[in-house]
Amino acid sequence: MGPDIIWYVAVSAALFSIGALGVLLRRSPLTILLSLEIMLNGANLALIAFARHGGEPTGQIFALTVMAVAASEVVVGLGLIVALARDRLALDVDKLRHLRG
Amino acid sequence: MGNVLVWIVWFVAVFACLGSGIAVISFTNPFFSALALIGNLASLAALYLLLSAEFVAAAQVLVYAGAVMVMFLFVIAYLGDRAESPWAGGPSVQTLFAVGAAGALLVEVITVLSLAAGDNLRTAARISDDFGSPGQIGRVFLSDHLLAFEITSIVLLAAAVGGVILGSERTAQDSES
Repeated sequence: MGPDIIWYVAVSAALFSIGALGVLLRRSPLTILLSLEIMLNGANLALIAFARHGGEPTGQIFALTVMAVAASEVVVGLGLIVALARDRLALDVDKLRHLRG
Repeated sequence: MGNVLVWIVWFVAVFACLGSGIAVISFTNPFFSALALIGNLASLAALYLLLSAEFVAAAQVLVYAGAVMVMFLFVIAYLGDRAESPWAGGPSVQTLFAVGAAGALLVEVITVLSLAAGDNLRTAARISDDFGSPGQIGRVFLSDHLLAFEITSIVLLAAAVGGVILGSERTAQDSES
């Protein structure tokens, strides 16, 4: 047997914290989206580790659903960023204060 | 012998995973960040394989490291060179609070894990040979979790429509109304 499930969960917590740090720290919406992906993958790792722990495939189903939702979120997020860039707005979340363009 | 090999693979995957995660949030150029994220996703796929989630690992490489990251790289190339300098001017108040919040999150989870879940998570359940195989995932998806499967298709459709609308050129008629 390899490492215990608890080590995988600890790695997933570390990944989630790294992603949260990126979301809080960076100002470019592109990098914030990338950090968000790290957070989602940290959660996915926990789901799959617990699926292995319980011997139930339901956690893997949940992880696959999270993947589909993450893909949708990237499409909409990147669409918003492209729309921002087309209107020549600064790609800086501190300067974006108006939703109506 | 096989035991040692599993540990070696685990350590390499975890170091690659955490290292490229830190690289994603610290590169100033978003292009390098996206490339580091590909490494992160690939090493996560190795961890999924160690947890005998073969189908999820394959989907991770195909969907995430493949399709999603190609889209990211296209948009970054479309936007051109927009490096930001997050560390310019020394640590701001926001930086301190961000590091504090993320560190608190990590400490909290680790504390809860070591206090409450310690011995519970030592042993993994016995699993059959086809655990996590495409056949089993497909059967479970189309029997117990059919609703989630169908709703996922609606979510993807909504995202596709939203992407087309957000990405399309705005006409003069739209901006008048």
